[in-house]
Amino acid sequence: MNAPDQNQTVRATDLTRQFGERVAVDKVSFELHRGEVLGFLGPNGAGKTTTMQMLTGNLAPSAGQVEICGIDMLDRPTDAKARIGYLPETPPLYRDLTVNEFLQLAGRLHRVPKKELATAVESAKQRCGIGDVGQRLIGALSKGYQQRVGIAQAIIHNPDVVILDEPTVGLDPNQIRDIRALIRELGGAHSVILSTHILPEVEQVCNRVQIIHKGKLVFADSLGGVKAFRGRSLMLGLRNAPPIEAIAAVPGVAQVELARGGMFRVQPAPDTDPTDALVQAAWDGKWNLFQLAPAVSSIEDVFVQLTHREEHA
Amino acid sequence: MIFTLAAKELRALFSSPLAWVVLAFLQVTMAWILVTRLDAYLTVQTQLMQMDTPPGVTEIIVAPIFGAAAVILIMAVPLLSMRLIAEERRNQTMTFLISAPLSMTQIVLGKFVGLYSFLMLSVVLILVMASSMYLGGRLDLGLLGTLSLGLALLIAAFAAVGVFFSSLTAQPVVAATATLATLLGLWLLNMSQASPDSPFLMLALIRRYESFTKGLMDTGDIIFLLVFTAVFLILAIRRLDSDRLGG
Repeated sequence: MNAPDQNQTVRATDLTRQFGERVAVDKVSFELHRGEVLGFLGPNGAGKTTTMQMLTGNLAPSAGQVEICGIDMLDRPTDAKARIGYLPETPPLYRDLTVNEFLQLAGRLHRVPKKELATAVESAKQRCGIGDVGQRLIGALSKGYQQRVGIAQAIIHNPDVVILDEPTVGLDPNQIRDIRALIRELGGAHSVILSTHILPEVEQVCNRVQIIHKGKLVFADSLGGVKAFRGRSLMLGLRNAPPIEAIAAVPGVAQVELARGGMFRVQPAPDTDPTDALVQAAWDGKWNLFQLAPAVSSIEDVFVQLTHREEHA
Repeated sequence: MIFTLAAKELRALFSSPLAWVVLAFLQVTMAWILVTRLDAYLTVQTQLMQMDTPPGVTEIIVAPIFGAAAVILIMAVPLLSMRLIAEERRNQTMTFLISAPLSMTQIVLGKFVGLYSFLMLSVVLILVMASSMYLGGRLDLGLLGTLSLGLALLIAAFAAVGVFFSSLTAQPVVAATATLATLLGLWLLNMSQASPDSPFLMLALIRRYESFTKGLMDTGDIIFLLVFTAVFLILAIRRLDSDRLGG
């Protein structure tokens, strides 16, 4: 084994998983470091949950490798698992235990020393805002509280890697804010992988984004990288817009599409800069140009472009 | 780790009414058998006195209790074992155990130990009841020892079958039915008309148990029951492992 990077918490190499003929996850590789919050996005059925199950040792990969803090998941599964806190899509809760009993069980199973158990339970409850329901049966709690108990069991042993599968589902807006703050806080000392459908959430809490589509990783960059995605495309604003074909006919323009607010998004052909030609064409055609600027992408743009396009192709 | 999990299973058993009902049913039945056997013993006591080596209280009263306990447990074990893994699957809490730093072996053994300690409680209750015979006589401690050992081994075999079938499905009822069918089947083997050394009868669990009720400690029987238990536990572990691999 080569000297592991101290800050590297997760390393997935060519992770592949087949269910019969269907390839659910296809050669996904990525790394994660301490202090990073990774937003893991993808349409339903893209392979998000499968990937997370492989990272947490719930599912064996068909090929590829998972390392948690330099520990191979296949060689030493229990040691690797001890460093992970996992909240699956359906929170795994024993409905006939009280919150305290359940968290104690979670702590003991995750090797929290007996002396520190009480403190660990208290601090996990504190951080998830469930301090006042410790004596209640989990089955009697509302969905939002159950979700937070699920998060509490994932962080009770202070794991290096926290993996949360849609953690804010079923929470009210105030609770969502609290949980997002908690995730940001966790990101300070740990690594967090966050799977979600709520794109603004990713913009608020994550510093890296990864999009998976049909089992393949189609995008992986920092949040700054998202803004620069399709950085070469231009937003074109015209008061007296011609038919879209006319803009597409300008030399150096590869593709034009209608964007929000009556603007046009112009995708330049490779290795060309159509800016001058566009200005010239707008002048010639009296299109009344009022704006021409590089496009700034949101996660939504990136997401839709990468996962929508192929479905129509 | 195994014991943390076993304690959790015990707690789950005791927090459900089912466990209490089963224990109560077992106890009432045992008490009934005790009383009827005691009655029978008292009526034949004078005739027994005339025999050269009369059978003792333990043989006439306590041994049948243990025999009946084995049959009742064939029905009770499936009810208690069905939830162990099947329900974790159905409630999707299996992820909680698999994500925890536990090996599949530890999970299966934890479940087994939890169920087994509960079942051993019923053996203790039977022993307590049997010791009431001290009020009017003496017990053959040697025979009592083999009876307890035999029942303890038999229960382990039953529990292992229960754990295995619970690991196969997400439906507790299916697990219970399969366990009951298997245990009954192994018991019925004993009643078949096959010749005494037919290989089928090797598997008849009750026949293995019978020697213990006669006060015999046959290493063959002890080893058979231990191996039987181990095989079903290993099958359960393999099954959980293949959940992770297959799909």
